[in-house]
Amino acid sequence: MKIGPALLTVHLWLVLVFLYVPILVMAVLGFNASPLYALPFQFDLVWYKALAGNAKLIDAGINSIGIAIVNTAIATALGTMAALAFARYKFRGQTILQLLLFPPVAIPWLVIGTSMLVFFFWIDIKRGLFAILLGHVALSLPYVIVVVGARLATFPRAVEEAAATLGATPWQTFRRVTAPLLAPGVIGGALFAFAVSFDQFVISYFLAPPGITTLPVEIYGAIRKGFTPEINAISTIIIVVSMGALLLTARFYRFGGER
Amino acid sequence: MAVADRRNRGAILALTGPAYLWLTATIFLPLSAMLYCSFLDKSPLVPQPPVLTLKHYAAFIDKAVYQQLMLWSLELGAIVTLCCLVIGYPAALALAKVIKGRWREAMFLMVVLPFWSNALVRTFSWAMVLRPGGIADQAIHVVVPGAPALNVLYSYPAVVIGLVHSYLPYMILTCYISLQAIDDSVIEAARSLGARSGALFRRVVFPMSLPGVLAGSALIFVPAVGSFMEPRILGGAKGATLGMAIEEQFTVTANWPFGAALSFMMLAAVLLICLALYPVARKRMEGL
Repeated sequence: MKIGPALLTVHLWLVLVFLYVPILVMAVLGFNASPLYALPFQFDLVWYKALAGNAKLIDAGINSIGIAIVNTAIATALGTMAALAFARYKFRGQTILQLLLFPPVAIPWLVIGTSMLVFFFWIDIKRGLFAILLGHVALSLPYVIVVVGARLATFPRAVEEAAATLGATPWQTFRRVTAPLLAPGVIGGALFAFAVSFDQFVISYFLAPPGITTLPVEIYGAIRKGFTPEINAISTIIIVVSMGALLLTARFYRFGGER
Repeated sequence: MAVADRRNRGAILALTGPAYLWLTATIFLPLSAMLYCSFLDKSPLVPQPPVLTLKHYAAFIDKAVYQQLMLWSLELGAIVTLCCLVIGYPAALALAKVIKGRWREAMFLMVVLPFWSNALVRTFSWAMVLRPGGIADQAIHVVVPGAPALNVLYSYPAVVIGLVHSYLPYMILTCYISLQAIDDSVIEAARSLGARSGALFRRVVFPMSLPGVLAGSALIFVPAVGSFMEPRILGGAKGATLGMAIEEQFTVTANWPFGAALSFMMLAAVLLICLALYPVARKRMEGL
């Protein structure tokens, strides 16, 4: 049984290599001078400089960041409210409401995205940034509700009761006791919402009209025309941003549970 | 309880209402609209009033092309899920039962980190590695000079590799959660009662982690069957899937009703497979 654990550990390291090598290769080639990815490697920032002059990509980037921020604000507010209701009250239909959080996560985005395309066409919501935002919030909500709900599950209710007993008004109790205790969960949920929106490709792809895009949609178009190191450069920036968001999340939201 | 229920009804409605109204308007109503659309004889883009028909479902049953695409997509989903299980389960086991303390936390984070990076970008990175003259090709030539050029990009294996890379963290995550919940004293007890490693795994550890295995499999199988972006970038013309056919109905040919019918056939097939496997899995879990 001594060999078993050692083999498992080696396997885990190999899995990490598998997960990271292509990303690293892609990132490194974004710093390579050759437009044809020719080796030997020659360090150059030429592709990052080219990005700075690419107005279409910059516009798409601004759209992506804008949508992600508004999406985060809406999804975090609505999701936290729903999570509070689930944690504080037991009511008929609660299980059904919680089960309804599965379809947005479990149904392929291809089907959800095309359904939104059809429905928004019928009720006359034009393809564009507003339609994309509507879709992103829907996909973010289940994540926020689950993450905030996990925090609420371990919430010490007695502290709130103590505050009330000591004469705090409901508003004071919420502001001085509930909100600070809940904050890590809410911040974790918000970062999830940001990552969901910032990385979302499929929904945006179907809801973006010609000329208005988000970063992933723009990149998809560029990849289909052919590979250029400029795509590597922008992809590297995206990876750094979304991985940064997750590392921040990890500070607030305990992954992997308690040990 | 009933009285409290009534008094709280206002608060419950106010708290859950906005989120669920939003989900209704952007998920549930669109899915219903899509189902209705699949019965229309012509695209809503055409000005003439549509008539209800079953012809798009009939077309799926008539045309062998689309059944073939469905089979390929289901097969792709099954292969990807199986690969994720074979690769992901031992990794989750190492994470949950071998590695301890701060290392575990760090490695867990490393596993979920790429999951939150853009799927499109990760797919592109594989195209970068697998393309002819790409990094994999050059690495092989360093080891074996004069080896034939690697021709993996735009092939079926490339699509499988890309999808496994995309979904592997799901499997590790769900298996890890249920493996970590197994109390070490249970394992100790089985061992002190004379269970050998093989039996310990087969009779205790694996059955107890089955919920995680099933959750991970479902979370991977469903989106993998519906994938279209990965096959398009990594598979080229050889990676045809039902997802690609559906996408084309909406972006190229603008035949929305047929695309909608294909979508629901796909959802139905996936749901049927999950339902068919559910009793088998439950029986296995009851046998604990």
